[in-house]
Amino acid sequence: MNFEFSDEQQLLREQARGFLTDHCPTSAVRAVLDGDQDWDAALWQKIAEMGWTATVIPEAYGGLGLSYYELAIIAEEMGRSAAPLPFSSSVYLASEAIQRFGTEAQKSAWLPRLASGECVATVAMAERAGRLALDQLETRRSGSQLSGTKVPVADASVAEAAVVLARSDAGLEACLVPLQQAGVSVEPVLTFDTSRGHSTVTFDGAEAEILGETTLNPQDWESLLDGAAVLLAWEQLGLAETALTQARDYALQRFAFGRAIGSYQAIKHKLANMYVKNTLARSNAYYGVWALSEESEELPLAAATARVAAIQASTFAAEENIQTHGGMGFTWEFDCHFYLRRAKLLSLAIGSEAVWQDRVVSALAAQSAAV
Amino acid sequence: MDFNDTPEEARFREEASAWLAENAPTGDAFRALSPLEQAKVWQKRKYDAGWACIGWAPEFGGRGASAIEEVIWNQEESQYDLPANFFLIGQGMIGPTLMAWASDQDKARLLPPLASGEEVWCQLFSEPAGGSDLAALRTRAERDGDDWVINGQKIWTSGAHYSDYGVIVVRTDPTLPKHKGLSYFYVDMKAPGVEIKPIKQLTGDSDFNEVYFTDVRVSDSQRLGEVGQGWQVSLTTLMNERAAIGGSFGQMDVSLAMSVAAEVEIDRRPALEDAAVRARIADWYVQEAGLKYTGYRSLTALSRGALPGPENSIGKLVGAPKMQAMSSYLMDLLDASGAITDEALAAKAGIIQRAYMGAPGLRIAGGTDEIMANIIAERVLGLPQEPRLDKGIPFNEVPTG
Repeated sequence: MNFEFSDEQQLLREQARGFLTDHCPTSAVRAVLDGDQDWDAALWQKIAEMGWTATVIPEAYGGLGLSYYELAIIAEEMGRSAAPLPFSSSVYLASEAIQRFGTEAQKSAWLPRLASGECVATVAMAERAGRLALDQLETRRSGSQLSGTKVPVADASVAEAAVVLARSDAGLEACLVPLQQAGVSVEPVLTFDTSRGHSTVTFDGAEAEILGETTLNPQDWESLLDGAAVLLAWEQLGLAETALTQARDYALQRFAFGRAIGSYQAIKHKLANMYVKNTLARSNAYYGVWALSEESEELPLAAATARVAAIQASTFAAEENIQTHGGMGFTWEFDCHFYLRRAKLLSLAIGSEAVWQDRVVSALAAQSAAV
Repeated sequence: MDFNDTPEEARFREEASAWLAENAPTGDAFRALSPLEQAKVWQKRKYDAGWACIGWAPEFGGRGASAIEEVIWNQEESQYDLPANFFLIGQGMIGPTLMAWASDQDKARLLPPLASGEEVWCQLFSEPAGGSDLAALRTRAERDGDDWVINGQKIWTSGAHYSDYGVIVVRTDPTLPKHKGLSYFYVDMKAPGVEIKPIKQLTGDSDFNEVYFTDVRVSDSQRLGEVGQGWQVSLTTLMNERAAIGGSFGQMDVSLAMSVAAEVEIDRRPALEDAAVRARIADWYVQEAGLKYTGYRSLTALSRGALPGPENSIGKLVGAPKMQAMSSYLMDLLDASGAITDEALAAKAGIIQRAYMGAPGLRIAGGTDEIMANIIAERVLGLPQEPRLDKGIPFNEVPTG
């Protein structure tokens, strides 16, 4: 049984945590949340220099060619510090989509620049309220022109290109669209987490090319989302761990009725429940990253399980961290709300909890049918 | 990451598996024996071949196997339908206590027949007045020459009626604060004055007993630890308890839930297609898989010769309430038929209803949900204990009710 990260990977974790402790303190998150910027551009530069944006991109395209185990570790640390960066959009989603579906020319054009961090990319999926239905997309490609509106699109304001889910007469497609062009408008959309920018992106006859050479098999897109689900689960786990640590520290230092509130069972049991959910989420995230790295047939089940567990752990920990802090937790001044915002934001990206609960059961049914 | 044995582990597994294939008892003659007799026959056969209590030192009947080898042995043995529960408390909890606290003479005399299954042991800790607050126990032992005389009542004692010996913690000085006035003995369960009464549980089964002690004489040589050191000795026993109880929740797993949900309908469609049903099943799978992979993480630590982290402490706290919630929900899916336990008519031969009725016991045994949450909060997260009103007060002055 070897269900643990290697010593080298543990070392990477220590380095990543130390780096983010130094370069992404909560004041850095607060600066983006409060300010006009949609990201911490200087921090992006630094993590790119560390090679984090290049982690799983093959060496042939300027990447480090490392495994998803390394990327999962970085994702957890990103979550732990609630880094105000377009990391999930650019690394878990856009770079992955180009790597999986792109032509040789597209990969050569984009992956080295994504690996070096000199450019950011995102994916544009949602068009309206409600679950995404791949057969009902209204964004259309005709010839080299794309038309339609995507909202909300995370990190579009800092991205150079987007992978846009669209349809053409031939069917479902992923289109690769440079965003700085006349046919594209990127307008800010206010969300509850302004430490990550979100936009309405309107394509009006924008120049677009199909990613790859042909239509997109919906299962391949789901598989891309499975990978992103695992990595987002690690990031959410990091958020959940910080929320638990904050709640624990506060419960030890805050006194009420003559004793630390952490000595009351009402608080102890709340924190024990956080620990339980975080532990379940962590073990399921291990299962997820194992399945992703080993290209296991169990990936759909492992990814959905990891995502549901991480959504539940991170939102519970973030909500109950604020509850543990009492009134101070409800202030803008305390940091507790960073984790509530980000945990919920990531829970709504790539399909919310019910979508992935449904996929857990579909995967279980498929597995038992295969036996 | 992988789920494979190391080469040494694989060799050990092969050896264990080969021996089991050769020696695991089968046949009508064996099956005709009572479960206890079956267990004793099998245990003795393992003992004679060096496969009993394999983690114990050879002089006590074991083979000095590592923790991961014990896990591998248990995995292999559990593939056979063989009775084992009769010895769990004695070998899992009391054996380690004897090793830590008994005299060399007692260790040599008591441990081998415990390993071989020839002598069965039980644990006499809980009392009607001391459950979660175990140290509030009131059974008295008073010194009389070289003996002690025990009077009082124990409860929730598994296997008292077929045990040869028991370990008991008693109050030897009620004028001292709660934890300081306790001492620990082993007793002959067949001694005069020991009376055993089965407890009928809400399931209708009787897995536990009340044990009454009336002027039961125990030699001072049967004391483990010093007079007044009973609490520390008890902790050695208890440290080994929760791992033993936490493990398995039988057939109440997600595959059973999938099967029920595929068979019953909601609005003429299989319940398995209903979004609310799917959400519940997914949540249970998150818990089930989470526990499974938490176990794999602990095994990895064992395999590397390290101690597992605290993550293992969540098992019973997740598993027992899940069993209750799942069995309740599956009965809801069956609707009025969910009440039927008649094996001929009940869905899944009544195991769902049995699980539902048994779940309250699992949420209590070996540390209630509330105590388990306290343990996580205090030992893992480092939160303080609640203030204790009986702290430092002589036991006989502590308010009771």
